Amino acid sequence: MPMILNSDTKMVRETAHDYFREKSPILAFRKLRDSQDADGFSRPLWREMAELGWTGFLVPEDHGGSGFGHLGLGQVMEAAGRTLAATPLLGSALIGAVAIDLGGSEAQKSAHFPGLVAGETIFALALEEGAHHAPYRIATTAKKAGAGWVLDGAKQFVLDGHIADTLIVVARTSGGPRERGGITLFLVAGDATGVARRRSIMVDSRNAARITLSGVSVGADAVLGVVDGGADLLDTILDRARAGLAAEMLGSSAEVFERTVQYLKDRKQFGVPIGSFQALKHRAAHMYCEVEATRSAVTAALDALDGNANDASLLVALAKAKACSTARLTGDEGIQMHGGIGMTDEVDIGFFLKRARVAEATFGDVAFHRDRYAALSGY
Amino acid sequence: MQALDAFRADTRAWLEANCPPAMRTPMPAEEAVSGGKNATFANPDSKVWFDRMVARGWTAPVWPKEYGGGGLSKDEGMVLEEEMKALGCRAPLGGMGLSMLGPVLLEYGTEEQKQQHLTKIIRGEIRWCQGYSEPGAGSDLAGLQTRAVLQGDHFLVNGHKIWTSNAHYADWIFCLVRTDPTVKKHDGISFLLIDMADPGVRPRPIRLISGYSVFCETFIENVRVPKDNLIGEMNKGWTIAKRLLEHERKSIGGIGERGAKSREKPIPDMAKQHVGEVGGQIADFVLRDRVASHAMDAHAFSLTRRRAAEEAESGAPPGPLSAMFKYYATELNKRRYEAVLAAGGTQQLGWEGDDFSDDEIRLGREWLRSKANTIEGGTSEVQLNIIAKRVLGLPD
Repeated sequence: MPMILNSDTKMVRETAHDYFREKSPILAFRKLRDSQDADGFSRPLWREMAELGWTGFLVPEDHGGSGFGHLGLGQVMEAAGRTLAATPLLGSALIGAVAIDLGGSEAQKSAHFPGLVAGETIFALALEEGAHHAPYRIATTAKKAGAGWVLDGAKQFVLDGHIADTLIVVARTSGGPRERGGITLFLVAGDATGVARRRSIMVDSRNAARITLSGVSVGADAVLGVVDGGADLLDTILDRARAGLAAEMLGSSAEVFERTVQYLKDRKQFGVPIGSFQALKHRAAHMYCEVEATRSAVTAALDALDGNANDASLLVALAKAKACSTARLTGDEGIQMHGGIGMTDEVDIGFFLKRARVAEATFGDVAFHRDRYAALSGY
Repeated sequence: MQALDAFRADTRAWLEANCPPAMRTPMPAEEAVSGGKNATFANPDSKVWFDRMVARGWTAPVWPKEYGGGGLSKDEGMVLEEEMKALGCRAPLGGMGLSMLGPVLLEYGTEEQKQQHLTKIIRGEIRWCQGYSEPGAGSDLAGLQTRAVLQGDHFLVNGHKIWTSNAHYADWIFCLVRTDPTVKKHDGISFLLIDMADPGVRPRPIRLISGYSVFCETFIENVRVPKDNLIGEMNKGWTIAKRLLEHERKSIGGIGERGAKSREKPIPDMAKQHVGEVGGQIADFVLRDRVASHAMDAHAFSLTRRRAAEEAESGAPPGPLSAMFKYYATELNKRRYEAVLAAGGTQQLGWEGDDFSDDEIRLGREWLRSKANTIEGGTSEVQLNIIAKRVLGLPD
């Protein structure tokens, strides 16, 4: 299992870093926020990203993708994290692609992949029903009605939910409210009758929505994967999403860290750069160690997913937990070391803190993944 | 590549035929072989294994054959290491001669010095100790005061060294001495080898909080040291001193990983034993969280070590990553023992006697010993300074 990138992946990495720095710097994100953009992302840029092939990295070649893999997409997400680029990478290029690829029938693949790869259709995973990530705590019901199903329930914190063309709805087809069994995934059109969507304004100014499903009728062909056995597919989708998100968080943490070290060199007090003070040096050096340890965990997890390694889930739990704790460290230290100026909206550093906290809560925080790591390790 | 595969096959066959089964088990500290005139072999098989490895020069596999080393290429050395690891072979010989002084002699020593000392290190005939720290020179190592005055063909040395590990068993000591007190402190230091047979060199063991006495203070009084024992140039010893510290930190930086693979019961099992389990999980969820937290950081660190090794193998210039190893590994090792104590409760706090198993007593002592990890070989604070300066480029 390699921990260093081959030349193809390195090239993707460089392209992505150049692209986001040039086309989607933090200023672009700031404009989206300030203009209260209805989409919450730039459709022209998203089409460019599709042209660069990123939407097809997890789509097989015979469906118009490249199958380049998670390590490759992880490089793109890390680069996006550096500039806090608001894109549908996570919900569509990652979750959408993985869900259709691993759960979809040939008909579903043919129906959904072209729009996804072209960057024309947006996907959103409608999973959470409470304030904490709880993949099996599903009260939303799907009841058999003739050949099809009728869905009822309420979802929250649905990333890109208010603009998604296709919702991947996690619903309960049998079993109790916290049971792993009895879960089924459905593909539901975002504008289907009975779907009510309301955008949630989150602290990180990124896309999320509350979605109510009231008697939403879908056909039998809306089922993604196996009826009642959807938890396996969901777990696989979530692991891949967590690793990708960890890569994005790594990019953000690395950026905050580098900006903060630069500030320590530039900012003078008492006639000297504040970076000459040992109290700050030591904390900066410790941040370096944590960012690098996180990079190792994220790289190992992405690579393990590409190779379907036995310990992939364990490595993903490690990567997401490390990404969360490091993001919290760099976010807090970034503000503290910037001092008062770091508290202003004018300086970008606070954006990272806000994004980090929402990303931390997405698909499991440190506690969630520590629990998972322990359980997977047999204790 | 083919030649390397052949070497691997030969090596594996030789190890299987020559490494006694008892030497393929995790090594208790008391069975470690350190060589020297006072060498002991607590396990008779250690002697067999030691003799066989010495005969091949494989106590120092990549050192030149002319000095008694194995003469292996870097790649062959790695193959040997991998094969020994695969079989679980113990290191046949340890000590500061192999891990610290030897590499420095190979780089800075004269031909005569190499011939005089390397073979004896490889064959375990001389045990070395390190005369670096002084009572007044700890983290500020360059502030050392041990004086060496050149008088014709010899130096007259006077001083007081401390934390000289195992000096009471050692035969020779490599010392940092002040040869010029009139210049900036880094510019007046020399690197000197001293034969401890001289009655003026007196090591005295220091009793530590762990109850062990692995460290000594060593008094040096009017000891005449031949001028030929100077390594490198006079007053240029600081460069050599720093290079040797890199070797030392590399060996300490491995602690975390070695510790994680040691022979005692895994920490989760200890926790289950003492607090019980619910559905296969440690019953105390706060303790479980703590155990997992340490395990995860150790895991991320071992992945980082692997990444650095792969970067080095790929021929990339030595990255900045290795600067974090000593700091991270030793902090992790301390946390590891804290997790052991948390899991073991009062059963892990026994000092001696029949109420506690040997492992429990040893782990308790090792917990205390681990506190030195972040002090010796450059404190964590010194390591963070080094990262801040060399990796982050922060100003002095």
